[in-house]
Amino acid sequence: MSDTVTLTIDGRPHATGRGTSVAVALLDAGVPGFRASVNGEPRGPVCGMGICFECRVTINGQPHQRACLITCEDGMTVRTGVSTDA
Amino acid sequence: MPDVRTVDVAVVGAGPAGMSAAVRAAGSGARVLVLDQSSHLGGQIWRHRERATLAAPARAWLARFEASGAGYLPQATVADASPGRLFAVTPTGPVTIHARAMVLATGARELFLPFPGWTLPNVFGVGGLQALIKSGLDVRGKRVVIAGSGPLVLPVAATASEHGARVVAVCEQAPRGALMAFGAGLWRSPSKLVAALRYRSAFRSTAFSTGTWVSRADGDGRVERVTLTDGRRQWTVDCDLLATACGLIPNVELGTALGCRVVNGALLVDDAQRTSVPSVFAAGECTGVGGEDLALAEGEIAGLAAAGQPSRERHRRRDRARRMVGRLERAFAPRAELLHRAEADTVVCRCEDVRLGDLDTGWSGRQAKLASRAGMGACQGRVCGAALARMYQWAPPSVRAPLSPVPVQALAALDDDVAG
Repeated sequence: MSDTVTLTIDGRPHATGRGTSVAVALLDAGVPGFRASVNGEPRGPVCGMGICFECRVTINGQPHQRACLITCEDGMTVRTGVSTDA
Repeated sequence: MPDVRTVDVAVVGAGPAGMSAAVRAAGSGARVLVLDQSSHLGGQIWRHRERATLAAPARAWLARFEASGAGYLPQATVADASPGRLFAVTPTGPVTIHARAMVLATGARELFLPFPGWTLPNVFGVGGLQALIKSGLDVRGKRVVIAGSGPLVLPVAATASEHGARVVAVCEQAPRGALMAFGAGLWRSPSKLVAALRYRSAFRSTAFSTGTWVSRADGDGRVERVTLTDGRRQWTVDCDLLATACGLIPNVELGTALGCRVVNGALLVDDAQRTSVPSVFAAGECTGVGGEDLALAEGEIAGLAAAGQPSRERHRRRDRARRMVGRLERAFAPRAELLHRAEADTVVCRCEDVRLGDLDTGWSGRQAKLASRAGMGACQGRVCGAALARMYQWAPPSVRAPLSPVPVQALAALDDDVAG
């Protein structure tokens, strides 16, 4: 079993260690924000344990997933709400 | 096909309290199922990627749990509950659990009090940063400021430092005197004193400031600077990551939904860890923040009691550990200055972007919610409700199903479940 998994973050491939949470992968990838707030401000994880709901992203097409609670899997597609691509 | 499971004891939370409860209940012959919303065993304090990195007692409890025969349902978020019944959402669909007894081991969360800039990306909780580093966050070379309260501050500073961060400031909001009194009390638990000294030595080149807290954070799109204060003067520190919180508070939402009595912000339990609701037990930080030893002791008693077994011989150890709750509360009570750092344009409800200036401090909590949507968002007031309760003595938001946002399909299943 390989020690790394590769996921797609806003259309770009990103390799990370097996067992890494999606929140950590996004932070390491340097995304500008995980979601846009009601007024459009970028937001990212705060509590790291599923309480604050600030790290919500779309994972494999499922919206509003808490990135801090989910472990990265090979081939996973993650879309932030502060996407910089088209 | 709906997924329906029937067990003797359902345990919510797979941290020390939940695991020890499950081990003792299963050891008494009960059929046990443990649910946890994360994908790992161990809760927050025993969060790990490699078991070898955990201390021996944690590894021993994980091994005991795995050998206990208790069932384990990870990534299960409880969306609704009534005594004897839990409804949870999992990646593979909703699950209904019928249980003769349940043990709530829902732990604690950090208290976040709003200040200008607290919504900037890369501002985390203190335990939040710890959780992210333990989940693999690369902090090498990052400038980190840690400003919190309580026994988490030193270990998190040590963790960040050991993982290659440049820890540029470590602050405890409690005054030096309170901290010294707390430390002096640790003579009864020398292992904790040794641990504290070891943590401190891990970042010995960085000053540790007591009576110091964050007044604001600034940055363009993410935190770049933090302004610290000791109440007399202010100074600014450049940083890449800010970890800040005001201590821990019990997670009582599930207990409240079940009708359990809450006193002083914690689930009320009796000698056998029974809540005010028959057949509902509670253990660990949700009954009052007291650390790992207390959580384990309470969990064992709750597990035995939930399985109908006597637990009396274990009460003394629990009662001794329980003294820590009051000592922590006294030493690390959030100072008044932390309550009123937000300015008119500071967001207080992060889910709905409600700013302090949108609130009328003369409102009741319910009026605030109706008039401003504060506490109406995804976190259901778990963040702003706790803050506003302290800032304006507003009652914490009432708990309603679903206890956490769930997919619409799961809500339909919930309706069927309740109707059926």
